[in-house]
Amino acid sequence: MDATLSNIDLQRSNYDVDAIRADFPILASEFNGYPLTFLDSGASAQKPECVLRRMDDVYRRSYANVHRGAYALSQAATDYYEGARKTVARYLNARSDDEIVFTHNVTAAINLVAHSYGRRFMERGDEVIISQMEHHANIVPWQLLRDEIGIELKVAPIDEAGNLLLDQLAEMFSHKTKLVSLTHVSNVLGTIVPIKKVIDLAHERDIPVLIDGAQGIVHTRVDVQDLDAEFYAFTGHKLYGPSGIGVLYGKKDLLNTMPPYQGGGDMIERVTFEKTTYRDAPARFEAGTPPFVEAAGLAAAIDYVDEIGMENISSHEQELLNYATERLNEVDGITIYGEAQHKAGIISFTLDKVHPHDIATIVDSRGVSVRAGHHCAQPLMDWYGVAATTRASFGMYSNKQDVDALVDGLKYVKEIFS
Amino acid sequence: MRELYQEVILDHGKNPRNFRQPEDANCEARGNNPLCGDQLTVYLKVDEGRLIRDAAFEGRGCAISMASASMMTQIVCGKTVSQVQSLFDKFHKLCTGEMEEFPQDEFTDDMEKLRVMSGVSRFPMRVKCATLSWHTMNAAVAGDNETTTE
Repeated sequence: MDATLSNIDLQRSNYDVDAIRADFPILASEFNGYPLTFLDSGASAQKPECVLRRMDDVYRRSYANVHRGAYALSQAATDYYEGARKTVARYLNARSDDEIVFTHNVTAAINLVAHSYGRRFMERGDEVIISQMEHHANIVPWQLLRDEIGIELKVAPIDEAGNLLLDQLAEMFSHKTKLVSLTHVSNVLGTIVPIKKVIDLAHERDIPVLIDGAQGIVHTRVDVQDLDAEFYAFTGHKLYGPSGIGVLYGKKDLLNTMPPYQGGGDMIERVTFEKTTYRDAPARFEAGTPPFVEAAGLAAAIDYVDEIGMENISSHEQELLNYATERLNEVDGITIYGEAQHKAGIISFTLDKVHPHDIATIVDSRGVSVRAGHHCAQPLMDWYGVAATTRASFGMYSNKQDVDALVDGLKYVKEIFS
Repeated sequence: MRELYQEVILDHGKNPRNFRQPEDANCEARGNNPLCGDQLTVYLKVDEGRLIRDAAFEGRGCAISMASASMMTQIVCGKTVSQVQSLFDKFHKLCTGEMEEFPQDEFTDDMEKLRVMSGVSRFPMRVKCATLSWHTMNAAVAGDNETTTE
């Protein structure tokens, strides 16, 4: 026990946040005359130099369309794209590169599953289970499917602290349940959902599981073989990579039973006007020119994250979360939403009667960027009975000064509204 | 910041005037700002001569949107529908910074009062907060029951 603790302490003391910050050019900038305090990494993270350089390199030196002509430049671009697939597969510990489908973001990945898997394997009366704390991206695609083919959407409850109620979730399982689609980490409350337990419970009933890993992949290490989920979706831009690239991990055998989601070039074996046959996954889900420069950027981001170590990033963020919770609680009139047993570096709050948009504008005048609003989780907001909250979310580069600047900003808000 | 959050705005934001649902309203519309989830309902009593006899609102939102709605209900009362439509046009230009000076006309006094809202022109993300109630009022007189800032 002592040995483990001292190891963690050692890791923490080795975590050089200043060196990491130096790798992110934007963090050196000033806004409204104040140094940038960026506390909205949960919406999208900033990019390290190596990602910017990788993409610039591809555009400058290796740019041509992928999977096309037999010329060297196209091959170079293809190597970047397929190399990125290998990087993602290795990072997730997938069994095969073929289990990695590149999409544009998590939203596109979930829509792909709803459209393709949903239409193939679900019919009227079948049920999809989500939770009370889903992002709209894991609600609306299922509603579209519901309106189209008549499935039912069931919502697993949470407690006031934001913990998923596992027993009640398990009681919802029936022979009609065709999928459990669940967030890994709540983008509002920061709750880390015990997805491994949920997956095990669902698998006891042979129910497949999709995990929305938009926030999960950035705060915890993900091993898809260990988790054993049928699908795991994440997006590149929250993982310090570029926008426009996302990943749908899917078990290979399952992916190959699913029909294409979109038709076009690159996803076919043979096209005649009478009949077209499709390639196996992942190609069958990647119609058209893919975001291959973005994929190369994502691979650079993953290498960077791996070099620092997700475990180290997690423990740094955990320390910061504890510090932020303590400091925010010093501010009179603050209410923090989300006090789950296990939380990631996300903290949502309200302040007296001051609307979150007013808070965001006022702290921005001091260089502090926070998100205000419903965070694309209106059903969760309704459940808590609030219209909006203010949210601070951390990245690997966040530090205690960021938290202090936020607290000072909130004091300024109170001064204006006093 | 003080330029945006002037005392008048903070006062109207905290204690909005005409925050009620009149029983005899004959025009109403709900306004949504899908970006932030804010909602408000504007109620008007418009007589046969298209004169606004009463204006009120209910809803939730930031200090800017509450203050703007509150001030609007005070200003539009006693004006005709076509007058408030012209006024909305001017107010919109004030909020977006398209016009800073306005010619002397029947609306000069009202525009002077509304000038406290002009701070939003420097915050493009907040312009919709200031104009939501006016868009909603406009929809109410036009007979649309639902509107958004989009």
